Amino acid sequence: MKKNNFYKEIYRLQKTIRLTENKIAKNYKKYKMRCPTHLSIGQEAVAAASGLALKNNDISISYHRSHAHYIAKGGNIKKLFAELFGFKEGCSKGVGGSMHLIDVKKKFYASTAIVSNSIPVGVGIAYSLKLNKQKNIVCIYIGDASLEEGVFYESLNFAIIKKLPVVFICENNFYSVYTHLKDRQPKDREFYKLANSLGAKGYRLRQNNPFKLFKELKKINEKVRKNPFPHFIEIKTYRYLEHCGPNDDTNLGYRTNSELNKWKKNDTINFSANYLVKKKIMTKEKILKLDQEVKKQIDSDFDSMKRLRSPKFKDIMKLTYR
Amino acid sequence: MAITFAQAINKALHEEMKRNKNLVCFGLGINDPLRFFGTTKNLKEKFGDERVFETPTSENAMTGVGVGMSIHKNPCVMMHQRLDFFLLAMDQLVNSAAKWHYMFGGQKSVPITIRLIVGKGWGQGPTHSQSLQSWFAHIPGLKVVMPSLPNDAYNLLKSSIRDPNPVIFIEHRWLHEIEEKKILIKDSKKNIGTKLLNKGRDLTILSYSLSTIEILSMKKALFDNNVSYDHIDIATLKPLNLNLLKNSLKKTKKLLIVDTISHPICSIGSEILSQVFLDKKIKLKKNPILISLPDIPTPTSFFYTKDFYVSKKKIFNSIEKILERKLRYNLDLNEIHDVPNKNFKGPF
Repeated sequence: MKKNNFYKEIYRLQKTIRLTENKIAKNYKKYKMRCPTHLSIGQEAVAAASGLALKNNDISISYHRSHAHYIAKGGNIKKLFAELFGFKEGCSKGVGGSMHLIDVKKKFYASTAIVSNSIPVGVGIAYSLKLNKQKNIVCIYIGDASLEEGVFYESLNFAIIKKLPVVFICENNFYSVYTHLKDRQPKDREFYKLANSLGAKGYRLRQNNPFKLFKELKKINEKVRKNPFPHFIEIKTYRYLEHCGPNDDTNLGYRTNSELNKWKKNDTINFSANYLVKKKIMTKEKILKLDQEVKKQIDSDFDSMKRLRSPKFKDIMKLTYR
Repeated sequence: MAITFAQAINKALHEEMKRNKNLVCFGLGINDPLRFFGTTKNLKEKFGDERVFETPTSENAMTGVGVGMSIHKNPCVMMHQRLDFFLLAMDQLVNSAAKWHYMFGGQKSVPITIRLIVGKGWGQGPTHSQSLQSWFAHIPGLKVVMPSLPNDAYNLLKSSIRDPNPVIFIEHRWLHEIEEKKILIKDSKKNIGTKLLNKGRDLTILSYSLSTIEILSMKKALFDNNVSYDHIDIATLKPLNLNLLKNSLKKTKKLLIVDTISHPICSIGSEILSQVFLDKKIKLKKNPILISLPDIPTPTSFFYTKDFYVSKKKIFNSIEKILERKLRYNLDLNEIHDVPNKNFKGPF
């Protein structure tokens, strides 16, 4: 990436994720994408900054809300759409659905559905990298609820004693489905301090300026690459839509409109667009053009789904074993 | 030179570690002073502590670590001194290892072999003696192997390690000292899941793991009574191949399933009964008998376990019932029910 080019790339990635997710949300109501789908709208900055901060041969692995992480690692968007529709052209041949994404070529190793399930798998990949003397790192995306699962502590402990090249990106969006963090963890807990106390290197970063976040993450990644050791980064973020599905859900009453609007007011994509103009990195017109370019590509990827045919059940009968 | 089951495991591990430089072995106690009942002797010395390593007491995470390593570049052998502790790893076993190849469209498989040791006797009790092969066999995506003799242990461990899929390899603790004259190397690609240990006309006895050893120990008594029987050992429980059994039943028309380490409900024994029953080509002359543990957890006390475990007398009685004639046999009154041999002094 050329100097300063990352500004444009981060913005493009944020926008790509947002428009992809919007496209899914808008069309979900046609009931053709029939699988539990956790959209990342509102959380794009973390994915874009962390995804771009990785090298091509670095590996990332994620959890149920993973469309953004997949896209940020270069995951194929057409195959994402096809996966949601259940076509065999999907990234997991339509067997996995929204919560089981993979793009082996882009080293997006997996996203899995059970909370914290992919954490030890990511740590195992890191151990394998170390055994093979590879200079790459593993980025493990987790959420705030992961800190309530035993396997998080088990895995972090192992990563620490083996000095493994892992970066945990913890997207704290405050809710485990409808249950707020305050009902699940002690009030004063700071995630990064908790990670520190276990022996990892803990950080708390902010999403409000994605460019700054990118630079900070890049620095941490290079540190981990040079001296492998587990790093844990908490970033507070917020999903605009319901836990699972394409709708607003403030009517349910578990969170307020004012809380949602506070985050929307600080939308990171608006921030990035304004920042690029203010810093004279891109003009308004150029941004508009980029937006249209991104939208056109997503529309065409989505439209191409119409050409796909329903897969045959017999195709998966022999898929259980290699 | 005679070789024990434990030595056979050890030999297989050494050969596979040498053959595949990417293979990794790990588990709590892998490098303990007794070397995992002798099965991991000299592994660390030969292959180093990066490829042969002790783990934290974290069954679930370590299973996930094994999945991660094996989908990347390093197939693994993971081991647990008691199966019961592995129950903490069901998420990684069932939701990761078993599903990975399928749910990601066949792009990555999980070449992991998980060795589980099942305890018996010496007060192992409710949570140190569970033999849950039927649980694992229930899950699509897993293979389940449970050898009874050193040769099968050796050959099947090698083929399990080379299998690109997750394999649950269950060793009964009482088998570790069982000896055979020598190891016969088989082509590890071939399915060596079932074999005929005795050939006869009147009755088919099916067993696996420790139950097979129990039947073998009764061989002379059965011979002396002119009992002519087929004895079939099945070491591969999933995928379950019953061709040998079915062919035998077409001849003998009488079936005794000896499954003395399992509870009866939804067990390997009951599964085999159901498959035999559903096969219209098989017409049994007598009701088959399934010998298993009672449907209660294992007690700890020496006094209770005497009646909990299946005695040789019970097996003889079942054979008498199927054959409808009395057998003459001597039971070794010095044999103690809760140890594998006279030298065994526990503790596990």
